[in-house]
Amino acid sequence: MIMADSGSSEEAAVIGNTDITSTESENNIINTMVERGTSLLKKMEISVAEAEKRTGKNTVNMQETYTVYLIEIRQAESATEGGTPAAPDTLWRRYSEFELLRTYLLVTYPYIIIPPLPEKRAEFVWHKLSADNLDPDFVERRRVGLENFLLRVASHPVLSNDNIFFHFLTEEKGWREAVLDTGFQDKVDSRLKSLSAMLRVKSPDRRFTALKQYSDELNAVVSQLLRVRARVADRLYGVYKVHGNYGRVFSEWSAIEKEMGDGLQSAGHHMDTYAASIDDILEEEEHYADQLKEYLFYTDAVRSVCRKHELMQYELEMASQDLAYKKQQKEELVTGTVRIFSLKGMTSKLFGSESQEQRESRLSALEQSIEEGIEAVMEKNTECRDFVRAAWEDIERFKEQKDKDLREALISYAIMQISMCKKGIQVWSNAKECFNKIKLQSLLPNGSDI
Amino acid sequence: MSVGTPRGLASSGQKPITEIPHPLSAAEESLSPGPDVSISSGGDKDLELTNGTLVENSSPASASSTSTSALLSRLQVEDNFEADAADLYATTETRDLFVTVDDPKKHVSTMETYITYRVSTKTTRIEFDLPEYSVRRRYQDFDWLRVKLEETQPTNLIPPLPEKFVMKGVVDRFSEEFVETRMKALDKFLKRVADHPVLSFNPHLNAFLTAKDLNKRQGLALLTKMGESVKHVAGGYKLRARPPEFNAMGEYLDTFSQKLGTIDRIAQRILREQSEYLTELREYASVYSSWAGSEEELQRPLEGVAGCVTTCCGALEDLSENMSQDFLPVLREYVLYTETMKNVLRKRDQSQAEYEGRLEAAVLRKQEDRTPMPLEVEKCQDKMECFNADLKADWERWQCNKRQDFKQLLIGMADKNINYYEKCQTAWESLVTVLQDKQTEDKTSIGSHVPRRSGKSPPLMTASLVQAPWILLDALSDQRKAVGHSPHEDAGTCWESRDLMVGMGMRANRLKDRAAETFDIFVNSFFHYIPGYKSSKLLGYTVYILTKIYNINIFFLA
Repeated sequence: MIMADSGSSEEAAVIGNTDITSTESENNIINTMVERGTSLLKKMEISVAEAEKRTGKNTVNMQETYTVYLIEIRQAESATEGGTPAAPDTLWRRYSEFELLRTYLLVTYPYIIIPPLPEKRAEFVWHKLSADNLDPDFVERRRVGLENFLLRVASHPVLSNDNIFFHFLTEEKGWREAVLDTGFQDKVDSRLKSLSAMLRVKSPDRRFTALKQYSDELNAVVSQLLRVRARVADRLYGVYKVHGNYGRVFSEWSAIEKEMGDGLQSAGHHMDTYAASIDDILEEEEHYADQLKEYLFYTDAVRSVCRKHELMQYELEMASQDLAYKKQQKEELVTGTVRIFSLKGMTSKLFGSESQEQRESRLSALEQSIEEGIEAVMEKNTECRDFVRAAWEDIERFKEQKDKDLREALISYAIMQISMCKKGIQVWSNAKECFNKIKLQSLLPNGSDI
Repeated sequence: MSVGTPRGLASSGQKPITEIPHPLSAAEESLSPGPDVSISSGGDKDLELTNGTLVENSSPASASSTSTSALLSRLQVEDNFEADAADLYATTETRDLFVTVDDPKKHVSTMETYITYRVSTKTTRIEFDLPEYSVRRRYQDFDWLRVKLEETQPTNLIPPLPEKFVMKGVVDRFSEEFVETRMKALDKFLKRVADHPVLSFNPHLNAFLTAKDLNKRQGLALLTKMGESVKHVAGGYKLRARPPEFNAMGEYLDTFSQKLGTIDRIAQRILREQSEYLTELREYASVYSSWAGSEEELQRPLEGVAGCVTTCCGALEDLSENMSQDFLPVLREYVLYTETMKNVLRKRDQSQAEYEGRLEAAVLRKQEDRTPMPLEVEKCQDKMECFNADLKADWERWQCNKRQDFKQLLIGMADKNINYYEKCQTAWESLVTVLQDKQTEDKTSIGSHVPRRSGKSPPLMTASLVQAPWILLDALSDQRKAVGHSPHEDAGTCWESRDLMVGMGMRANRLKDRAAETFDIFVNSFFHYIPGYKSSKLLGYTVYILTKIYNINIFFLA
């Protein structure tokens, strides 16, 4: 690329560089949509510039086709001060590596609502849209989604400082090993097991219950919305495309008309244009759907934070229950009464009371374990409190981000609708102009209308 | 002869035609209820007024008379037709018979239930005893009239009536909608008859318009004769040579009715698609409102979107209703019309066949006994020529009517669609305004949360942003023309260039502003998109971001 100071030659350079256009311009949008000013994004620009199809052998030595994405990193200082931006650092990542990154973040930062990845398979599509994983439009939308994911992580006050994330962006080799070295997978396993168990928390935090309920609602309503939107898109497509038939019939009809011929013919062209315009309109709308989808997937992240909180609460309650039981045992030993029916009570009745020494040693053992229990409860308590504080902070941040993003999405949707209306008005006005050219008077030589 | 309305009137016949705004300005214009709309509606009225002014020949006797003088007069009509065609729509003075069909009423008797319509007449013709009449007629009576007209004026083109039979169960014959549509069709039929230079003098019409009780059996026997002779004509006789103009008519009608059928099918399909779209759209709106129920901050925006979608539903409903009530009936009428035309053409062929058959027989006889050509052969020839002349005149008249009707119909279709989009646009625009106001409020209240990059003097920015694009717009459209893009070649073109303008406008302002990098992004993205014709995709986002930073109203830009 030719770099120059003056604006015009810069333009030329950009115009000449048309191959990567559609991808890059979108990056810029996302770039600005994610809030800037966080540490990592101040230092560097991140983008997913390209997607490429590759074929290779997988672990079981089977041939497979997959897509890799080119991540570009540009240091911010050199770009703004030097006038000539330094060549970006680039590396390739697969979708599965993004997944691994996200799993790692999910496990490592249980109190944070981890941004979701774009869908693995196209969902909520209307019939014209391909659901094929390797379909270029789908790959392109996924590329935008992956970039958005990276930017969301990079703009997050906590996540952006993660070393593994930084490594993911900067070094292609050795990253997978580094992630696995963190040992996060052990945590995944144990946690996942307990997460999947049915937990009965005695005194749930009302805020989290409400949040969980909200995220369930949001999930339901957004998926419903996406389904209906796909159907609306289908129908709208039908309405426009059927109008296209007017184009054909008008032009055929114009062949047998003298005075009306020209007007019909050109009006027919406008009908063709009208029918064709829907393709762009719906393609544009797909971005709106993607924005909604992101929040649909966000609900899962929210729920997972809620469940982690539940898990902690559960552990805390278990610990204090344990402690209470031990305390009760001690009391029994001291007073020699057995309040509840137990095996020990039975044995003491059958074999007579224990010796004093035995009692003493058991008592001291119990006391020690009570000490431990108290400590464990306190530990769990602090852990839980810390978790709630950290999680709630992130939840507040998330809520704000959600309200802002969704409002923006709605506004941009409205603007799309306006532009669709304007296109419609334009086409029909053009058609009307053609209809107006239809001459009424037949045999008059100078009877032209306009 | 009453034919000659002076030629000088021809010039007055040229109606002022609606001025068409420049394509680029059209969208702007349509934002306001503005002059565009009112002019076009005025134009419609014009069309309606002139609709009935076909009177250019007030000779009532043409069909029944076969005298040579009548024939001569007809030929003269033919010669003068050029002038007449010009005057056809210009002369309102010669109109002296006005009819309307309205006020349907339901009658329930023991035997049957039926609808009657009021038929009002205003006239200055001496054939009528009074200047005004008002009678009630039912569909059967119209049918009677049409049959009588067909019998007594076999050489003329009788306008069609709406179909008598409707699918029972599918259409309710007494529903308001059906009665309304039928009433309009009957009105159209009667107006067409009353405006016809020959048909309007038919005594059956007179009886239909004036008689208190229509005696349908009353023969008017004298006039029915003409039809009969045509009826029993040697079938299967091959014509020697049909005059080419009638061949052309036949071909035209075949193609025309085929195209009409297609248009009719398309229109119905569109209505079906639209109604399905409407169903989905309604659900779409309700999902938005139920979402609004579970949000706090987003409640208003979501409710706003739900409201907009509902407004669009209403607009779409109006559009569909208009199309099914105004567009489809006209198509139906013309489908029936073409059938009638084909019938008349067939009758003409029969009349020619009769003449040729008799002529052949006479020629044979002549060779045998050298008798002079019998009178009846000559009569037949006269009759055929009358037929030809009548038919040609009616054909031209019908063509004129057709052009006028379809022009009106198609412009109406465009207008209704424009109107639909305008309604939707207005709804969405007001939503955006509300949401953006809310947003700027939020922003100022949150303050530090949004990096405002020393947000000084947005008004200045706004002004230059608004001007720059328009200056560049002119330059660019010139450039485009030079490259060979016609302005209408692609509807996307002007949008795209406008988008480009926005980008360039920002570029022009770039140096002035601190947020240079942001601008760079915009400009780059626009330039990237130009070759792909996809810039509109970005419009939404970009304009939004713009407003986010500068709090400017997007309507200055887009």
